[in-house]
Amino acid sequence: MSRFNKQRNILDFTLSSLLRRRTKNSALVIVYTLIVFSLASVLFFTQAIKKEACIVLQNSPEIIVQRIVAGRHDLLPADYIDTIRAIRGVQSAKGRLWGYYFEPAAGANYTLMVSEEPGVEVGRIVIGQGVSRTIHANRADIVPFRRYDGSYTSFEVSDILSSESELVSSDLVLISESDFREMMGIRGEYVTDAAVYAKNKRELFMIADKIKRILPDTRPITKDEILRTYEAIFDWRGGILLVILSGAVIAFVILAWDKASGLSSDERREIGILKGIGWETSDVIAMKFWEGAVISLSSFSLGIILAYIHVFFASSALFEPALKGWSVLYPEFRLVPHMDPLQIATLFFLTVVPYTVSTIVPSWRAATIDPDTVMRL
Amino acid sequence: MIELSDIRKVFNSGKPNEFVAIDGITLSVERDKVLVLKGPSGSGKTTLLSVIGCMARPTSGRITLSGKEITSLPERFLTEIRRKSFGFVFQQFNLIKGITAMENVILPAYPTGEGFSVLKKRALSLLELFDLSERAFSKVEWLSGGEAQRVSIARALVNDPSVIIADEPTAHLDTKLSKDFMEIIGKLKVRRKTIIIASHDPIVYESAAVDRVLEMRDGRILSRATRQ
Repeated sequence: MSRFNKQRNILDFTLSSLLRRRTKNSALVIVYTLIVFSLASVLFFTQAIKKEACIVLQNSPEIIVQRIVAGRHDLLPADYIDTIRAIRGVQSAKGRLWGYYFEPAAGANYTLMVSEEPGVEVGRIVIGQGVSRTIHANRADIVPFRRYDGSYTSFEVSDILSSESELVSSDLVLISESDFREMMGIRGEYVTDAAVYAKNKRELFMIADKIKRILPDTRPITKDEILRTYEAIFDWRGGILLVILSGAVIAFVILAWDKASGLSSDERREIGILKGIGWETSDVIAMKFWEGAVISLSSFSLGIILAYIHVFFASSALFEPALKGWSVLYPEFRLVPHMDPLQIATLFFLTVVPYTVSTIVPSWRAATIDPDTVMRL
Repeated sequence: MIELSDIRKVFNSGKPNEFVAIDGITLSVERDKVLVLKGPSGSGKTTLLSVIGCMARPTSGRITLSGKEITSLPERFLTEIRRKSFGFVFQQFNLIKGITAMENVILPAYPTGEGFSVLKKRALSLLELFDLSERAFSKVEWLSGGEAQRVSIARALVNDPSVIIADEPTAHLDTKLSKDFMEIIGKLKVRRKTIIIASHDPIVYESAAVDRVLEMRDGRILSRATRQ
């Protein structure tokens, strides 16, 4: 009990000490919180968006087959699909029609896609929330589009996609097959690529390999490969941001080291007084430990909470452009809260532990001074 | 109560700037008496107080406290003895700024592990003893010199030590406050405290409360005067 009381007494004194140096400690807490906030925001965002992408991709085809000409993606002849369908183990194979459309007025790229379900009538389109916001188009509005030959056509907006799927559907325009072919100038014997489903999921790589052998000018992409690419992209973007932030982290480390290690003459005097009136070296170190722990733990918790709010409730307003990509049609959506305990632990060990240690070492040096120096203060 | 035998304290030993602060002092400090070490600056008074109060180790010689040899004890034990047996009143008061008089008084008792409410009660009763009840929750930088001095005496008494050590306690006080201080010393003596004061202030060494005066110079005791 007396040990507990002793630590409680020391903690009491530490808290009142922190309040005495209000300006210095507040500045430290603010900078510290900002650093944790920035790092945690990037980690939360990349982690959550990867998770989101994985969920979305659950519904994507198991294998996508593209035709490659001179190393580039080209249109796939429709008769390739019959060849693929004939491969043993293939459950179904369907041609897909999709492409990009640049809208010069808005400076935005749309993704045009022929949708079977729900089917879109000729002369009509279904648009994503991002497209709707950009061109201020609502149901029954007429939207002009430029054909491949420079002439213009227009479609009536029959529906707007729900906001739940906005992450993937923000820039989407669903269109009928005949309208798409007419607009893009793609003849009936071609499709953009093929979506292939296997009877047995374990045979995916085998089937992909067979497609590659039978149709050497194609590139089969499995869902796993897409997932890996997504992960790599978001890891890369997160990494870039972390590299930029590392400058701030280093600046913080220098500041923290300076604040924590460079005991002011007032602090040294106080340590001298405490030792003189009967505090042991270990009591002074305990006091400095509590001081470091209070500052770093409160900043860490505050930073994590703010980052959580920033990412999951404020759509990562600060990092959005860097992390979501180059599109001007930023989706407006809320990520599903997801946190990786390992990442939090890593962040904890990279911020709280070094700071706390950096406060103890100089205090230990100051605390081992002879108590009689207090007589000469 | 405290026995010093051939105590020597050398600073920067073996270096060109070697300095002998106290040189072969043998002394016996009696219980419940007031002892004054007088002498000019640099005579070794403060160093002798540090050695007696377990703040510094002598370079050679032996010290016993209530019959126990303490010279060779490790630092941890010396700290405990210092905390339990000695209360210190410093020349500059050495109060910690930014916290209240009451918190300053409690400070030496924090490491004892006693509950805060017990400590607070004790600190308030000590402050009351020195007419500082109204200033208990004032920050120490708002106190006058005399009040700060009394807070530092209260702090010295919070662990109920048997010995009070005061180094030039009247150096920053005017005549009236110095006399008030010696009055407090008289009261502490009645409360069976042993008091050792280093001072070259006549108000201190000529005070009726003082039992014994030792004159020091160049780290040695020149004369011993005992009052009846």
